[in-house]
Amino acid sequence: MARVVVDVMLKPEILDPQGKAVHGAFGRLGFDGVADVRQGKRFEITLDGEATEERVAEIRKAADTLLANPVIEDYTLHVENGQ
Amino acid sequence: MKIGVVTFPGSLDDADARRAAAVAGAEAVALWHGDEDLHGVDAVVLPGGFSYGDYLRAGAISRFAPVMETIIKRAGEGMPVLGICNGFQVLCESHLLPGALIKNHHRKFVCKDQALRIENNSTAWTSDYDANHEITIVLKNQDGSFVADEATLDRLEGEGRVVARYLGNPNGSYRDIAGITNERGNVVGLMPHPEHAVETLTGPTTDGLGFFTSVLKAVVPS
Repeated sequence: MARVVVDVMLKPEILDPQGKAVHGAFGRLGFDGVADVRQGKRFEITLDGEATEERVAEIRKAADTLLANPVIEDYTLHVENGQ
Repeated sequence: MKIGVVTFPGSLDDADARRAAAVAGAEAVALWHGDEDLHGVDAVVLPGGFSYGDYLRAGAISRFAPVMETIIKRAGEGMPVLGICNGFQVLCESHLLPGALIKNHHRKFVCKDQALRIENNSTAWTSDYDANHEITIVLKNQDGSFVADEATLDRLEGEGRVVARYLGNPNGSYRDIAGITNERGNVVGLMPHPEHAVETLTGPTTDGLGFFTSVLKAVVPS
């Protein structure tokens, strides 16, 4: 079984209030020297069988239509061939 | 005149939206997210709430509900559609309206009476307001910050498609935008809640009623 990983991040120009909150907590906990925190989403998609070019293209389509909103987010996709 | 109000799993304001439609003089029809049939309605309201728990992104999963396929098609043919709060998020995710709604910049849930200026009174949902009419209705949201790239914002402003603007920005929305419309003026998305301001017993004003009376004229010319 192959796994496709999709990492979604807000575009750099879009404010990330959740990242800001985490950044604030870093400071309160004494983790110094942190300039910025941005929070994203990671999707681990396990396929039945191999990650053929066709199947990965399907997942890319799912990322474009569902997992990421291109108005505010970018994503990267990679295949992990386990076992 | 029948106004349909969609209930998604996690919708909160569907009953208030149906009540507002009835107060305005329409027949309110409950629509179900899993039913692609619009049951003969003349206009549709997508209500506020947290459909599908706001999982993934607010409105992202609702956009693919069977009822939305029909609504997207009919909206393209000119049927009036009003998305309020979560409904606005669904309209953006459906690409019926440009831009997106992200978390409030101050990271807190907002619940307050909010002043707005109606800047476009030629849409299907705002014709009963005077130009630059200032109204006060309820605002309650977590993901209320309207964002879009500069070119889109310029286009919305240039084409007069900003329907309502906040008087005092409560959530970080770019250019104080509270509501927008599509090119045709039949689809409107609004973050504040007109359906909670149709009766003085429960609302701050009756300023929200105009959205629901306007659409009666859009569908049944007097």
